[in-house]
Amino acid sequence: MSPDKMIHMANQIAVFFRTQPGHDQARKVADHLTDFWEPRMRRQLHAHVASGGAGLDPLVLQAAASMKPPAVEAG
Amino acid sequence: MKDFIIPWDDADMGTPAREGPPVTLTIDGFDVTVPEGTSVMRAAAEAGLQIPKLCASDNMEAFGSCRLCAVEIEGRRGTPASCTTPVTPGMVVHTQTPKIVKLRRSVMELYISDHPLDCLTCSANGDCELQDMAGMVGLRDVRYRAPAGRDAANHFRTRDTSGQVNPAYIPKDESNPYFTYDPAKCIVCSRCVRACDEVQGTFALTIEGRGFDSRVSFGARTDDALASDCVSCGACVQACPTATLQEKSVIELGTPQRSVITTCAYCGVGCSFKAELNGDRLVRMVPYKHGKANRGHSCVKGRFAYGYANHKDRILNPMIRDRIDQPWREVGWDEALTFAARRMRGLQDRYGRNSIGVITSSRSTNEETYLVQKLARAVFRNNNTDTCARVCHSPTGYGLGQAFGTSAGTQDFDSVAHADVVVVIGANPTDGHPVFASRLKKRLRQGARLIVIDPRRIDLVKSPHIRAAHHLPLRPGTNVAVVTAMAHVIVTEGLMDQAFIRERCDWDEFQDYAAFVADPRHSPEATAMLTGVNPDDLRAAARLYATGGNGAIYYGLGVTEHSQGSTTVMGIANLAMLTGNIGRPGVGVNPLRGQNNVQGSCDMGSFPHELPGYRHVKNPDVRAIFEEAWGVPIDPEPGLRIPNMLDAAVEGTFKGLYCQGEDILQSDPDTKHVAAGLAAMECVIVHDLFLNETANYAHVFLPGSTFLEKDGTFTNAERRINRVRRVMAPRNGYADWEVTQLLANAMGAGWTYTHPAQIMDEIAATTPSFAGVDYALLEEKGSVQWPCNEAHPEGTPLMHVDGFVRGRGRFIVTEYVATDERTGPRFPLLLTTGRILSQYNVGAQTRRTENVVWHAEDVLEIHPHDAEVRGVSDGDWVHLASRAGETSLRAVLTDRVSPGVVYTTFHHPDTQANVITTDYSDWATNCPEYKVTAVQVRLSNGPTDWQEGYNAHAERARRILAAE
Repeated sequence: MSPDKMIHMANQIAVFFRTQPGHDQARKVADHLTDFWEPRMRRQLHAHVASGGAGLDPLVLQAAASMKPPAVEAG
Repeated sequence: MKDFIIPWDDADMGTPAREGPPVTLTIDGFDVTVPEGTSVMRAAAEAGLQIPKLCASDNMEAFGSCRLCAVEIEGRRGTPASCTTPVTPGMVVHTQTPKIVKLRRSVMELYISDHPLDCLTCSANGDCELQDMAGMVGLRDVRYRAPAGRDAANHFRTRDTSGQVNPAYIPKDESNPYFTYDPAKCIVCSRCVRACDEVQGTFALTIEGRGFDSRVSFGARTDDALASDCVSCGACVQACPTATLQEKSVIELGTPQRSVITTCAYCGVGCSFKAELNGDRLVRMVPYKHGKANRGHSCVKGRFAYGYANHKDRILNPMIRDRIDQPWREVGWDEALTFAARRMRGLQDRYGRNSIGVITSSRSTNEETYLVQKLARAVFRNNNTDTCARVCHSPTGYGLGQAFGTSAGTQDFDSVAHADVVVVIGANPTDGHPVFASRLKKRLRQGARLIVIDPRRIDLVKSPHIRAAHHLPLRPGTNVAVVTAMAHVIVTEGLMDQAFIRERCDWDEFQDYAAFVADPRHSPEATAMLTGVNPDDLRAAARLYATGGNGAIYYGLGVTEHSQGSTTVMGIANLAMLTGNIGRPGVGVNPLRGQNNVQGSCDMGSFPHELPGYRHVKNPDVRAIFEEAWGVPIDPEPGLRIPNMLDAAVEGTFKGLYCQGEDILQSDPDTKHVAAGLAAMECVIVHDLFLNETANYAHVFLPGSTFLEKDGTFTNAERRINRVRRVMAPRNGYADWEVTQLLANAMGAGWTYTHPAQIMDEIAATTPSFAGVDYALLEEKGSVQWPCNEAHPEGTPLMHVDGFVRGRGRFIVTEYVATDERTGPRFPLLLTTGRILSQYNVGAQTRRTENVVWHAEDVLEIHPHDAEVRGVSDGDWVHLASRAGETSLRAVLTDRVSPGVVYTTFHHPDTQANVITTDYSDWATNCPEYKVTAVQVRLSNGPTDWQEGYNAHAERARRILAAE
């Protein structure tokens, strides 16, 4: 997926959870990404974060830091 | 083949059933006990005594015009009509006294004196109540004779004996493609007029003239059936006791002799029909009166638009090709399946296990859908399965799942008869869910009040005898702001149902939510600039919903297909919980599902993150159930959703797709991106009735079967599991579940299902909400609503009665976030899309029926102000462009849309409205934002280069080599 689209989608999720009460928004973003994003999408996210994470909402960056990158597909 | 006919009595009881305390009376010496308010006619029918009748039918109120049902009642004078006489305790009724017998014969004699005696060649021969009643009353002679030298006045002879034209003769109206109106055979019983009024609610028919001049008329004298307001639902045809209103198919094919009860394959209402046949020739589809979704009513699609099953475009043999620029080659099933299996396995070998996937169909049965997702999970060994619900109601799944704990509507359709205030948000039931709309309109005519929240002035806002109390014409994309503003009014004005909230919902979350919505920035006044909704109207609507009695919300894709689709669904759930409108008849949150089996396809585990029954694949206990049943490990990671599959295809990591019964190229947004994704794949298997648009990019075509050709079940919008029954053999050779099994077995699966009932047994064994479902139960009950299990052995018409499925209901904060799809100087208008009554989805079925007389092309609705500044007149070709693409279509000027908003449908591939829509999607589910696209409109000369290029490509892609 194009980086712009991936950034847009991730930021949309962050925007929703930022509005939710409580102090665990980053965890909620991480949970949502883990539950609904297929591993290669998450790998793309992690790769983008690793290369600076330009354009990503700070909440996404925080979430990504707490997520385990999915293992590379074993055939 | 043994026909299955549910052994329920199909007899017409004459007048509608009533509820009330029991009343006992005597009819012809038999004691009968019926509810108070029941007619004498119905009481007699309950006792098995049929009273002759012509104008009465139990789906409409008694009318008392034909006089054939007269009876004598002891202690009363005269011969009252039994249809209009309510029972009283101790009443003694005689239905067959000499006086009555003579009277009925005389009444019948008068009817027949003005009726042609061509029974043997009449199209209603054998299916004519007039004929039956003449027999029943023992009519043996018609004594009325013409005066010497001329005919008696009549309505059926074209000329009198001297050759003079009969001014009272009106020729047959054959303008409607599906039925004829022959005034010569009419007995003016008014059943058709009353069916149109009471059952359908369109009021297209009337009786003009008085006395002998009374005639049934389609409105104005100049109107024929087609030009009138008639929506061709068929209610009048069904009501007609003679050949006056008659299906053309019966005229052509004769009276059907056998019938099979089955379920319509169009929208999510899921109407039950009797398929009536001679041999394997379908003569007509008649709505089944005991169908619990439709209660004997139908619309033009289910009733008449089944001709696609025999359309010449239907593909009946498998086809393959190596590359998509080659013509198709017809091959046998073995060759096609071996080719497909080898390619798919080859792709997995080369690009990895996750490089292929499936799309299940919301038009196929539960059993077929279950097998397709099983193919992905157990044979491909990944979770790359998705379904067309992705692009319609996936936010419902997520939103209601978060709020209530289950992803489905809370009510049955019968519930609407108990609603006092109905809120319709982003749905157009008279076009999209017509039979539900008729049931809703019936309730509205009884006095329930209506709030419509929609950018467009849909028909429900104002139509005969219906007027919405409030129409909030919001700007597309501002649903969350409007719904939250309604909650603001309810909370700040103290209109909540505190007792319900305390008892049923999470109180802490409610506190957070109440503090959030009470903020003045959510007030109708503060958000009016954004939403375009008059704040006074919004306040009044919110008060009405909160205080007007039973409040029911019905919503459609105008809610879900937005960047904040899931948030709006949560906002709707909040409104229902705030006001305590959950858990009893007449209330609830009701998603109107688009396709016939959207609910079922979601239930069956079509989504890439969840196994059947909405259970996430990450849960080891759930995986264990299926690992044991299927004997393979299940991937714990979520798979790709449809838009993700296309992105991955463009990227080069997704290479093969098995797509059953969906046309993603036409139905999914951003056509160019979909085409690029499909073109990048190395094996696309399309399993469908027709060479649809997606098939232009396919390497394997597996011919599909229609709903008439297979057994299975559909689950409608009210969670009702209805049987689909095979009424004829599959023309392509196999039912779709067999085709999927053949493909799976070609890939080494070793499946051995011999009937869909076995697939349902597997679903029941693995999925708690279906645990009690099997075909024997469905035969016995007709249908059941899930959950159906040990706790609810007969199913669940109403959900969340004593508590929410998840325990306590959750109030979720719904902050409005503007979509990034914004108007600007280049694209100053907002396009929103929808559908029309006569067409269905991408039109693959309905475009191949006579329904095209009502809608032969997609048009662009534009407000006269926006048209004027662009020099556009009604009927002009206009060019419609967004940042994603451009197309051309004709303009229709109308104030149904507000200035700044334009509207079109997506039924025709020539228009391809989705070349315009963008890749923005719902934040939670990736459901595309079909309902908001910034566009520009200008005059044009005709189709765009893109349209012409597309059509040329489609034509090339559809070439089929003649079989050798």
